[in-house]
Amino acid sequence: MSYNGGRDRFESYLIDRIVMGVLPPHEINRMARVTVTRPDLYESDGSPITGGLRDPHFGAIEPGEVCPVCGNTRENCPGHFGKIDLARPVLIPYYTDYINIVLQATCRQCGRLLIPSEKAEKYRKIYRRLKEKWPRLAANFVKELRKEAAQTMECPYCGARQFRIRYTRPIIFYEERPEGETRLTPLEIRDRLERVRDEDLELLGIDPKRSRPEWMVATVLPVPPLAVRPPITLETGMKSEDDLTHALAEIVRQNLRLKNFLSSNAPETMIEEAWITLQYVVAAYIDNELPNVYPLTQKRVRTLKTLAQRLKGKEGRLRGNLSGKRVDFSSRTVISPDPYISVNEVGVPVDIAKILTVPMRVTPYNLEEARRYVLNGPYKWPGATFVYKARSGRKIDLRYHRNYKQMAESLEVGDIVERHLIDGDIVLFNRQPSLHRMSILAHKVRVMPYKTFRLNPLVCPPYNADFDGDEMNLHVMRSEEARAEAEELLLVERHIKTPRYGGPIIGGRQDYVSGAYLLTVKNRFLTEKEVVRLLAAAGYKGELPEPAILAPKKLWTGKQLVSLFLPKDLNYTGKAKINSGPLSCDSIDCFHDSYIAIYEGKLLMGVFDKSAIGAEQPNNVLHVIALEYGDSKARELLDTMYRMFIRMLDMRGLTISLSDVDIPPEAREKIKDLVEEAKKEIAEMIKEFEEGKLEPIPGRSLQETLELKIINRLQKLLKDAGQIATSYMDPFNDVFIMAKTGARGSDVNITQMVAMLGQQTVRGKRVWRGFRKRTLAHFKPNDLSPEARGFVKGNFRYGLRPTEVFFHAAGGREGLVDTAVKTSQSGYMQRRLMNAEQDLYTAYDGTVRDLYGQIVQFKFGEDGADPMMTYHGKAVDVDRLIERFGVLKEASK
Amino acid sequence: MFEGDFKKLVETAKKILPTSIYQELEEKVINSEKLTEESKEKILREALRQYVLSLSQPGEPVGVVGAQSIGEPGTQMTLRTFHYAGLMEFDVTLGLPRLIEIVDARREPSTPIMKVYLDEKHKYDKEKAQEIARKLEYTTIGKVLDDFEYFLGDNVVTLKLDPEQMEDKGVTVEKVIEALKRAKLGEIQVDEEDPNTIYITLSERVLPPEYMYHVSAYKDIENKIKKLYLKGIKGIKRAIIQAEEKEVDGKKVTEYMIMTEGSNLAEVLRIKGVDHRKVRTNNIHEIASVLGIEAARNAIIEEIKEVLQSSGLDVDIRHVMLIADLMTVTGKIKQIGRLGIAGQKPSVLARAAFEITAKQLFDAAVKGEEERFLGVTETIIAGLVPRVGTGIVLLTSPGITSVGDSGENQEEEK
Repeated sequence: MSYNGGRDRFESYLIDRIVMGVLPPHEINRMARVTVTRPDLYESDGSPITGGLRDPHFGAIEPGEVCPVCGNTRENCPGHFGKIDLARPVLIPYYTDYINIVLQATCRQCGRLLIPSEKAEKYRKIYRRLKEKWPRLAANFVKELRKEAAQTMECPYCGARQFRIRYTRPIIFYEERPEGETRLTPLEIRDRLERVRDEDLELLGIDPKRSRPEWMVATVLPVPPLAVRPPITLETGMKSEDDLTHALAEIVRQNLRLKNFLSSNAPETMIEEAWITLQYVVAAYIDNELPNVYPLTQKRVRTLKTLAQRLKGKEGRLRGNLSGKRVDFSSRTVISPDPYISVNEVGVPVDIAKILTVPMRVTPYNLEEARRYVLNGPYKWPGATFVYKARSGRKIDLRYHRNYKQMAESLEVGDIVERHLIDGDIVLFNRQPSLHRMSILAHKVRVMPYKTFRLNPLVCPPYNADFDGDEMNLHVMRSEEARAEAEELLLVERHIKTPRYGGPIIGGRQDYVSGAYLLTVKNRFLTEKEVVRLLAAAGYKGELPEPAILAPKKLWTGKQLVSLFLPKDLNYTGKAKINSGPLSCDSIDCFHDSYIAIYEGKLLMGVFDKSAIGAEQPNNVLHVIALEYGDSKARELLDTMYRMFIRMLDMRGLTISLSDVDIPPEAREKIKDLVEEAKKEIAEMIKEFEEGKLEPIPGRSLQETLELKIINRLQKLLKDAGQIATSYMDPFNDVFIMAKTGARGSDVNITQMVAMLGQQTVRGKRVWRGFRKRTLAHFKPNDLSPEARGFVKGNFRYGLRPTEVFFHAAGGREGLVDTAVKTSQSGYMQRRLMNAEQDLYTAYDGTVRDLYGQIVQFKFGEDGADPMMTYHGKAVDVDRLIERFGVLKEASK
Repeated sequence: MFEGDFKKLVETAKKILPTSIYQELEEKVINSEKLTEESKEKILREALRQYVLSLSQPGEPVGVVGAQSIGEPGTQMTLRTFHYAGLMEFDVTLGLPRLIEIVDARREPSTPIMKVYLDEKHKYDKEKAQEIARKLEYTTIGKVLDDFEYFLGDNVVTLKLDPEQMEDKGVTVEKVIEALKRAKLGEIQVDEEDPNTIYITLSERVLPPEYMYHVSAYKDIENKIKKLYLKGIKGIKRAIIQAEEKEVDGKKVTEYMIMTEGSNLAEVLRIKGVDHRKVRTNNIHEIASVLGIEAARNAIIEEIKEVLQSSGLDVDIRHVMLIADLMTVTGKIKQIGRLGIAGQKPSVLARAAFEITAKQLFDAAVKGEEERFLGVTETIIAGLVPRVGTGIVLLTSPGITSVGDSGENQEEEK
């Protein structure tokens, strides 16, 4: 179905190109429909003044108003330009940079380029050739040429002596004549510019056809139509004018003043003054933030937003309106988790489904379906909001057309029904900040009760979403092409692998990981009832496998259940996350169950934890399956096996309590001893330092050496304390399980809860600021001991002392400031990277080019591989291939 | 499968696969004695299939993906200056600030560093390494000066040298005197008892009589003397020896290399005993001017890689290569930003949409530029389809004439 929102009612054209140039005065005169002569806007009766800035000839803007120029109402009137005839010419800022170049490089008498003709001819040839092939080199060539011309002090044509031109931005020119510095008036400048020949301008990098230099000195100013500067009517009935109108009014006023002076033969100084004022006002009208120009203001408080301000910056025309598009058919609400919908789906509240609609063309095959929607009307889901009748070309709003039954019966093939969102529709789902392409993915709609979008928690990583109040956006696509593209390219399952590093970005986190671990751990035996519950969660429909233990009771292992879902010919070996410290092993010969071995789809050994099923773990089981068995197989796993993992937690429970972070008194005693020992050593160092016996590290001062040494010692202390703490903890303690399997938390977190927080740092140093010579009033001045400089020996289980709380807060605050600063910096960097790189693509021949045709790489990344399709960067992982084809045994023979 | 077919397969693999992959295959599979011919063929076929499948598809917007892949983890990067891994002597800028520095193509890194490796003759001997380090370090009289004494109205000033520092820097009193002589300050005399004390009778040219009672005049002279060059390479503020335990042919040996604060690649390469193939600096512009643009491109890749690694971030090297190549395609290092790539685009609108909007438009008008709507920004501004991704396909079907219109829905609802 090609559906284009009614654009085909008009003749439509594609833009091919825009030609830029300076608007010449004759053009301004030609297109002007009004000549503005009066600065005031309305007559005393409230009607607009003819020849004022609100003249109706500027175009119709009020509802119902008919344009006196084109006869259209405001919907179709394009708006018309006017003009201001300037009493005397005025320089236009920005163009003055070029005026300067021309003045410097041409003769003040004859207007010829200050380069002898034979030489100029030669240059012209070079320039033309350069411009064709190397436009950037041509620009540099012009720069050099300008310099050469500007240095010539005698015209090679007429022999006139040249003077240096001094240009002060934005609009003032002086000429350094022998009798003294003289200001050049726009009139003189314009005279000179008129004399410059076209062929000379070419050599100065100016296109004479599109921008003669004398046009850059305005004699007549275009006034934009009212649609560009619409007045607004306040509630009080007062008219408020646009900033541009105010600025233009000021120009008209100053112009009038100058005109009066001229006609009344006022003294030269007064004319001069009025002329300069006019120039500055025009300059401010172009750009109100120019240096050395008084900005135009309203009542001397608010600076007006003039032309340049409208275009500039993030909210300006270019970035805010032209590059940033806004859309209809979108919605936004809070997200909440639902692990029982597919990762490909998104739960959409009925209320939203009833507002967002999809155009559906009626065909003989869906006529009945369409009738059902229409019959339901706009308020009952699944219904329809509009019907577009093909025959009459009318569009019927079902909110006001109450006879749904008649409407439904009158439906015929070719009509278009604007129907509610229903299950299975493809929509785009997005969470800001949209930092990478996985921030917008396509989901299939699941209409649900309540008011939140429902999201499978497995899809959190690509969006970086959580459910503490996050909101997300949903967009409905309305063309068949868009939907097809979204389903093929943007569907969640297509983005299980990330192009950033060749690994899976979607995968288990938190409870999925601890659940998987608890299910596959060696000592897990499940009764038939439990097995059935687990498999039901995964939606398993096959036969139960042979139980691992038959008597006295049938018992199954978790590994058996997991194996049911793995591809039947999958071979895989790899380390589990728990494979570290005392549980580490490097090969299949592993007694700790920390080395995963899958042979022909059977999990023979090893536990499933973060390294097997987790997100952002390259070359794990999930990633390998996505690469070798396809994205949909991986998705299937996420929608079945992964549900079993959380069901495991439903059954077993996972919780933490104070006792989980407590250790026996003798362990605490040990830690205390460690602290004492470290403190003694540090006191020793400080003593050495004070006696000047400390051996400095080369290139560091004594003080720095001491600090480094203390920090290192305290770091060691923290590590040791953590080790003691963990060694006393129960290995099936839930906190411990979570940290070990990579579900949540780390050794550092455990250490902080159980043992101590350790040294707090600010800017990589011990805490040193605060009072003079000390950090807090609790310490003696110049106390360098650990406690006085931010060492926290307390832990979260038994609490901190007041000073320790303070130090911890100081360290924590730095982190907060850091993130705040970082986001803006990295945001700008990303914008710049994006701007530089956005035009690059892989061409059909495998080269990387930009859209202007420049080749940047002959083969992307030297081997042409898309990182998304790689094994953590390797396009072909030979070891994996050997492993995969079960030839491991052959190979290890 | 018979012999001939397998050989053919190997040939095909050699032709199609990148050399590194092929070599690995050759080593681990083709020449393996443990694998059967059958599994070898299976593996080879699959390798070929995987490689071809993994190729970047035509139209793939590799630039955008690259920018995102480097920009997205930027939020997770550290903002702090860090110590060099296991090295306490230097502070090195790493993390986000360093990354910004690299893509900005700054002339000087905020913490220039060189790693000077030594050749076979020098790297195993600490003494020899120390000697080279001394040659590198830029030493002025100020660094060995202990005290500078003067009396107002007296044109004789006294320099007291620090023997410990002199020993450390490898400077002799003769060298100092030589340097002083070169500066032509006046008559130089060494104390008879203490060779580390030097008297200078300042000439009138250096200390005009009318300034004899100005403290500032003496201060100026002191500063001038302190800046006098003794030895070393300009720009190298400090040179420190690093020892590294290495195993060569089963024997444990200690290798020495020199880390320097400050960088001057051209001069360091001239020093004898330096392994010119291994010397490194983090000043990319210096590499470009001394070793050429290809070296600079590699340096950019290495530097970005190091920043990412130190922050523990995982980004595919291909994205980094693309940035480096983009920055260096023209043969000169171009910045990523308004003065470089973004500011030199052929499209007016693309430039205006990035930064310095008004000026870009005026300039384009004067030059009579044409906007051709080729790049992504411009096409989006004009409401066209950018020619990347699926937009690269220009073949379209005539389409079905459309009847429907409900685009006005929104307006009527108001």
